[in-house]
Amino acid sequence: MDEILDILANNARITIDEVAKLTGKKVEEIKKTITKYEKDGVIVKYKTVINHDLVRDSNSFVRALIEVSVTPQKDVGFDNVAERIYSFPEVTSCYLVSGAYDLLLVVEGENIQTVSNFVASKLAPMENVRSTATHFLLKKYKEDGQILKKKSDGKRLNISY
Amino acid sequence: MDIKISKKVEQLAPSGIRAFFDLVLGMKDVISLGVGEPDFVTPWNIREKAIHSLEEGFTSYTSNKGMPELRKQIATFLKNRYGLEYDFDEEILITVGVSEGLDLVMRAILNPGDKVMVQEPVYVSYGPVVELAGGKVILLKTDIKNGFKLTPQQIEQGCKQGAKAFMINYPCNPTGASYKRSELEAIAKIIKKYNVLVISDEIYDELTYDFDHVPFSSLPGMKERVIYFNGFSKAYAMTGFRIGYACGPQKVIAAMTKIHQYTMLCASITGQIAASEALKNGSRSMLEMKREYDRRRKYIVGALNQIGLDCHNPEGAFYVFPSIKKTGQTSIAFAQGLLQKEKVALVPGVAFGKNCDQHIRISYASSYDNLKEAILRIKKYIKA
Repeated sequence: MDEILDILANNARITIDEVAKLTGKKVEEIKKTITKYEKDGVIVKYKTVINHDLVRDSNSFVRALIEVSVTPQKDVGFDNVAERIYSFPEVTSCYLVSGAYDLLLVVEGENIQTVSNFVASKLAPMENVRSTATHFLLKKYKEDGQILKKKSDGKRLNISY
Repeated sequence: MDIKISKKVEQLAPSGIRAFFDLVLGMKDVISLGVGEPDFVTPWNIREKAIHSLEEGFTSYTSNKGMPELRKQIATFLKNRYGLEYDFDEEILITVGVSEGLDLVMRAILNPGDKVMVQEPVYVSYGPVVELAGGKVILLKTDIKNGFKLTPQQIEQGCKQGAKAFMINYPCNPTGASYKRSELEAIAKIIKKYNVLVISDEIYDELTYDFDHVPFSSLPGMKERVIYFNGFSKAYAMTGFRIGYACGPQKVIAAMTKIHQYTMLCASITGQIAASEALKNGSRSMLEMKREYDRRRKYIVGALNQIGLDCHNPEGAFYVFPSIKKTGQTSIAFAQGLLQKEKVALVPGVAFGKNCDQHIRISYASSYDNLKEAILRIKKYIKA
């Protein structure tokens, strides 16, 4: 991956100035490259990884992985039915996968009830959806390469040769 | 009882900075730029392999020279990486870090009074291992003007004083200086002319940023006179495992092995198994760490020069050795003041040679956020 992307992927809040210092490149050059990435859709958006377990209102947030088997359509395959599904705001991620089912969704809601309602009233009844299997997430250990457990303090000595 | 300590040990240069070190170790909430080891923990696959080996009951001695599988792997690795050819059975010895290896080689080659060329600034153990083995140090001073690099002329001067061996460490702790092929070739020419042995400590080889690292023994005609040292501590963040290795002419390795078998017996089996895993599957983590260090290097060099501490651009390792001349302070006074007023720890230059009192060693094996905060504090300290 490009060095600038790698830095931003780890810290979206870093300033252009700092990126320039870390890469040894000129500020103008960094600015231009980032703008181009944004325009081309390489950089889609800047996000924050949140450990919802530690947020006070975590009781009003649930996440589920849903396996969906669908019947593909002539010419367009899975794309149309995928679009109909991922257009729901409840669906935060949608992947076409190989294996025992076709689409893997990440669905978020305020509680189990809202997610269940979404599955029962929106997703399962859709014309091309053959079956669904819902897995509610119980605990997050690692997300986007980040281990969510607070790291213990370093074990290195403060000084050594 | 009045215990008399060996004269040789008593005469070893006292560590003038011991008191400073004790001060650092006693303090809390310090931002440390004083550490000579990576700030990454050993990659998980390597730790997991070590744990598994313990579960499987690998808790015994190994062969004196080290596990044959590991020596074979090292031979293959050096062949693929640098085109170096070493026989795993006769020309490679696994040691307890490069530190043990340097001690062994000095004891193996020196007779009382033999002279060894040592650069300055230099890693703290170089002088002492020469002296403990009965040798005498010929100091070759380097300075910031030429990026802390030795010149062929300096080495020729040392050779003319009758040096038997030449110790070199590149990339260098504490300066980060390293050498391109052409620079090494110029040195090799002198080495050959005066028929000198080369002790080449290349523990930071994988952390070379601006050009490809060239092992001294890979230069034409050098293999027969170079003892090459490397290990796993820096590249794979495995300092605590204590595994290094020495490669060189059979005669020297055999002599080193003789001492090693009586004094150390063998390196720890857990460490050796972990090292084997590092060679098999560690390169990805290693490259990630290197990339991160390179970014911090660029940042720290720019930032130090900006706040007024002259700093050269080091080619490797994870150290910079800026000048504090402008502050008018000795390196210990500077380090002590910075620690007490701003809680930033670093190593006074004088630890690396008595002529290095106008420098400090900063290790950038620390997170970017730490480096940023440390620079702010150093700036404040200098201005006050």
